[in-house]
Amino acid sequence: MRKITTPLTKAVRTKLKCGEHVLLTGTIYTARDMVHKRLKELVDRKKRLPLELKNAVIYYCGPTPIRTGGDFGSCGPTTSSRMDSFTPALLQKGLAVMIGKGSRSKDVRDMIKKRRAVYFLAVGGAGAYLAKKIISANTHAYAELGAEAIYKLKVKNFPLIVGIDSRGKDIYEKR
Amino acid sequence: MRNIHVKKIKNAVRELCLEANFNLRKDILAALKKALRQEKNKRSKRILIMLVENAVIAKKERRAICQDTGAVSVYISMGQGVRVTGGDFEKAIQEGVREAYRSGHLRKSIVASPIKRKNTGTNTPAVIHTEIVKGEKIKITVLPKGFGSENKSSIKMMKPTDSEKEIISFVTETAKVAGADACPPYIIGVGLGGTFDKAAWLSKMALTIRIDRKNPRPHLRKLEEKILKKMNTLNIGPMGLGGKMTCLGINALEYPTHIAGLPVAVNISCHATRSASKIL
Repeated sequence: MRKITTPLTKAVRTKLKCGEHVLLTGTIYTARDMVHKRLKELVDRKKRLPLELKNAVIYYCGPTPIRTGGDFGSCGPTTSSRMDSFTPALLQKGLAVMIGKGSRSKDVRDMIKKRRAVYFLAVGGAGAYLAKKIISANTHAYAELGAEAIYKLKVKNFPLIVGIDSRGKDIYEKR
Repeated sequence: MRNIHVKKIKNAVRELCLEANFNLRKDILAALKKALRQEKNKRSKRILIMLVENAVIAKKERRAICQDTGAVSVYISMGQGVRVTGGDFEKAIQEGVREAYRSGHLRKSIVASPIKRKNTGTNTPAVIHTEIVKGEKIKITVLPKGFGSENKSSIKMMKPTDSEKEIISFVTETAKVAGADACPPYIIGVGLGGTFDKAAWLSKMALTIRIDRKNPRPHLRKLEEKILKKMNTLNIGPMGLGGKMTCLGINALEYPTHIAGLPVAVNISCHATRSASKIL
């Protein structure tokens, strides 16, 4: 199985093929519904974003609270399609990698292809298993959003499947 | 009359919330293991192995099975011979939920208003359904349900002349629309009859029933079998990436209805369907 490490540059991304299983090591950021709404508003108003999107990895996840000892009890992916209407704008700003569950819209797929980005699937409902792959977790921005805040995670060998590759090939389309 | 103190009710609700979130139901774990034995697709097998391991880790390390620890529905069957003492019954239930979500480090996912969307910070209020029954006991069932699957649930006011085939088709179509999004393989609750609200209630209530149970009503059992069979030809499979197992189990409940109608509610639930019950 291929092992990849952040930053996931274009050179790395373009090697990945739809359907391939990979293990990811490095830094990723959680962001879900409310954060996407805020980021899109900032982009529209040409304001500074709370994280550098270029080559960033965004994980659609609202983890359980950080426990004593510093880890999340559980942190699996949430449904990606709810982010679809916000995603193209973020991809345009340099976002290159997304992790979530389920299928994406055609607009998102087209933009992934255009930007040579990649969309990964994580196993939904395996939050306890995936939490064990997290080395450290810190609140990065929007702490007031609780579970919906942006958390900065360091992960090691986080298991993923390539859902949409940089050529726009979609695992849910070929079936 | 039998007196039951509210503190007992609060503690039971708290323990049930923790149990449901940490321990995958035995019937569901058994179904996942059975699916793993039957599955030929290599990728599906790999995912199922991870799901079984997830349940083991969650139980052992008291981690939530899924980070979406849900909106909590609480079902109370209150014996008419019970007198609740020591305080407010509904407050006790909410306090039990609050304590569980705080002490168990479970996610707080409830916003006070669907429009203003400010998180209550406690995962309360839970949705409470109370029915009065015979006897001097209280049965408490909690169902903390993630919204990835709740979002894919559906209700249809069908015609009284619609055939069984059309009912099956509506249920299957609902699962098809859910596709990969709601964490298949699914557990399906079907509510038939009653009124608009009763059908929805039944479909959700059905999720609290063991999936290895044989429906005591033969016509419903046959309907369940037909739906299950059709569902498992959809090739949705674990994570929606294909495979034999799209639906782990289904339960249908019915209630008398009006001559003009046939309400059908389908509650889609994920492979991490969580519930727990206790009788006081």
